Amino acid sequence: MCLAVPGRILSIESSSGLRMGVVDFGGVSQEVCLEYTPEAGIGDYVIVHVGFAISKLDPTRAEESLSTFHEISALPGTP
Amino acid sequence: MTNFSFVCPVPDPLVDFVTQSHGAGGKLSQELIDKVFLPAYGNAILANKSDSGELLVPTKPGRLAMTTDSFVVRPLVFPGGDLGSLAVYGTLNDLAVQGAEPLALTAGWIIEEGFSICELRRLAQSMGDALRRCNTQVIAADTKVVERGHGDGCYLTTSGIGWIRDGVAMKADRIEPSDRILLSGTIAEHGMAVMTYRNGVEFSPPLQSDCASLWPLAEKLLAEVPSIRVMRDPTRGGIAASLNEFAEASKCCLRVWEESVPVRPQVRRACELLGIDPWVVANEGKLLVVVPKEDADQALRIMRSDPLGVDGAIIGEVDSTHPRKVIAQTRFGTHRIVPMPTGELLPRIC
Amino acid sequence: MMNDFNSEDVREVEALVQGIRRITTKNWTVMEVCGGQTHAILKNGIDQLLPPTIRIVHGPGCPVCVTSMEVLDRAMEIASREDVVLCTYGDMLRVPGTKSDLARVRSQGGKIRVIHSPLDACKVASEELRLGTGRQVVLFAIGFETTAPATAMAVRAAYMQSLPNFSVLVSHVLVPPAVEAILSDPEHGIDGILAAGHVCAITGYEAYEGIAERYRTPIAVTGFSPVDILRGMLAVVTELESSKGSDSCNTRVINAYSQVVERTGNSVARRALEDVFESCDQVWRGMGTLPQSGFKLRSKYQAFDATDRFVSDFGSIDYPALATIQNPCRAAEVLKGKIRPTQCEAFGKHCTPAYPLGAPMVSNEGACAAYYHHQTRHDPDVLEG
Repeated sequence: MCLAVPGRILSIESSSGLRMGVVDFGGVSQEVCLEYTPEAGIGDYVIVHVGFAISKLDPTRAEESLSTFHEISALPGTP
Repeated sequence: MTNFSFVCPVPDPLVDFVTQSHGAGGKLSQELIDKVFLPAYGNAILANKSDSGELLVPTKPGRLAMTTDSFVVRPLVFPGGDLGSLAVYGTLNDLAVQGAEPLALTAGWIIEEGFSICELRRLAQSMGDALRRCNTQVIAADTKVVERGHGDGCYLTTSGIGWIRDGVAMKADRIEPSDRILLSGTIAEHGMAVMTYRNGVEFSPPLQSDCASLWPLAEKLLAEVPSIRVMRDPTRGGIAASLNEFAEASKCCLRVWEESVPVRPQVRRACELLGIDPWVVANEGKLLVVVPKEDADQALRIMRSDPLGVDGAIIGEVDSTHPRKVIAQTRFGTHRIVPMPTGELLPRIC
Repeated sequence: MMNDFNSEDVREVEALVQGIRRITTKNWTVMEVCGGQTHAILKNGIDQLLPPTIRIVHGPGCPVCVTSMEVLDRAMEIASREDVVLCTYGDMLRVPGTKSDLARVRSQGGKIRVIHSPLDACKVASEELRLGTGRQVVLFAIGFETTAPATAMAVRAAYMQSLPNFSVLVSHVLVPPAVEAILSDPEHGIDGILAAGHVCAITGYEAYEGIAERYRTPIAVTGFSPVDILRGMLAVVTELESSKGSDSCNTRVINAYSQVVERTGNSVARRALEDVFESCDQVWRGMGTLPQSGFKLRSKYQAFDATDRFVSDFGSIDYPALATIQNPCRAAEVLKGKIRPTQCEAFGKHCTPAYPLGAPMVSNEGACAAYYHHQTRHDPDVLEG
């Protein structure tokens, strides 16, 4: 459930009154709604579900941060 | 007295759209052929406009192979190809994996009334380009027009005839334990390119289909590695379907090392985003080959020396542990069974 | 080699597995409540890595599987209308209702669009308006609390733009009541729970603290990669092993997905949910009605409710009675983790993804489909875990 994939915000703009961004998922990018992650800016990583960023990915908060962060560019995780 | 006009202008058949008259076999049909199809992929045989195309059977000992395929791809045009080029490569590839050198193709168009002539010209031209690239010809063709609402734009059926030299006899039931499984390159590209377009998912950059003719690579492999058991181009159902077909026919177990299957990072990410398994996605320019263990390295070298096989890899081996099953070995040393895929490829959110 | 598998996670997975093996001394049953986790576990064979004393069971973590038959039938009815385009996620297309499924409705002429995001549905509605087709667009909004904020945004956008031809068939379900329902069965047999990480990214995990306390069951907020799943598992097993024989522990919620989840969740999303939805009783297919376990639109947005806009023609289908006719589909027991899919007599025989008897076999991350697709249990080499 809740297929969500991490990606990096490349750009931000307003579209039809919504805060939207182009997010790079590692070679492919898509337009994503950033309304729910106002704290995330260009260069930040977010977790994206159904075209919405639902959380900012904060690698420093992870217990063992580095390996997870490195997984982002080679993530086999969510099916 | 009423003024009669005796001028009754014939509609210009090439103004914009295909009409029923274009399929009726008369003057307008001829105009369509002369102005759209012949300029795109015409040749001496087609120019004769005989009822049948003739060709000479090759003199080297061997046998004929024939194949047919109907192409109903949506959208008609996608990054890396279109209906026209796909119809050529797809049919040539069906011949190639059987070990058949292409001799000629036929083309049957079913076009919906109202279809844009400009688009049709584009598809025909694409077909012509692909044929020239592959040094093959269409020697017989047909066009029918169906009523609006019955044709989804355009369908194309191509049949291909080829020549298999004596000594080439590939079949999946020849696969034996200890054989190696090779894949010529990165998977899931065609299916993802088409599907994302179809479902209105836009990726930037757009995913490209891998649509291409496999005969040159197949020919090289056959010449240098005559022991090849079987080849397949994993189209609908992806490598999962083809591997299962091999397993079923040979009654062996096909064991694939997951991390050795080449996938472009962008394609993998796109698959993840849509919840799709790359192994079940269609390819249109990839070869799956099974060879005896001792010939695997050489087969790999030949693959990698071809532009279509630069990312070639040995992805697994055959054993007799679980007959008729395909097993994926994960990078953790665990494994799972890979079943024959069922059903339409659908993006998911859950 | 053109591949990007990260083999660093192999080392980390190994370390986590060693850690779990070292501390495990007893039999533990751990339930995960997320189809994505079911899938990840089976796909990567995580259950094969764990010591045989740890048994993983799968809960009702598939919002697709638990969407009620009544809502499904309603979606099909609406989609069959000449003047409607139904926008749905791909997951729902082949889920069987009482008589049919959306894929079949589509083949019979129903206008059904597969979408990737609720905002796509708004775009379709605007497009239909622009083209003057006179068609209504209905968003079939399923999913857990992870997806509900996206639906909320679409509703608000439609509200702001006064989109006249847009409405939503709401069928969101909430996880904590389902977990509570499972644990309140005195014979549940579950020792620990892996909570769905992406749901918690939205809701936070405060709600689970009460549950962990009341039922004395440790809960770990868990992600979806092999590493994250094992971190969650390690957290739960550590908790269980350290508190065995003692009455005072076993009540913790551990955040094993802290790079994504905060205890209070996503406050902006929660406010949006608060604004657009209120909770209500909801039918969970295979589980019956769970109190306060679903969402419905608040009166402010009532105009966008598809059930009001399209009057139902159903007549009287006795859904509760239908729900008791399980034979031979044992989805209810599967969803509660009482049986493994492979223990159902119909599994793999009369019930397959091509010919599903119930929702968990249709939805890709339903437990039955996941087991079927990965079939580890059919492999005699695999350790029973």
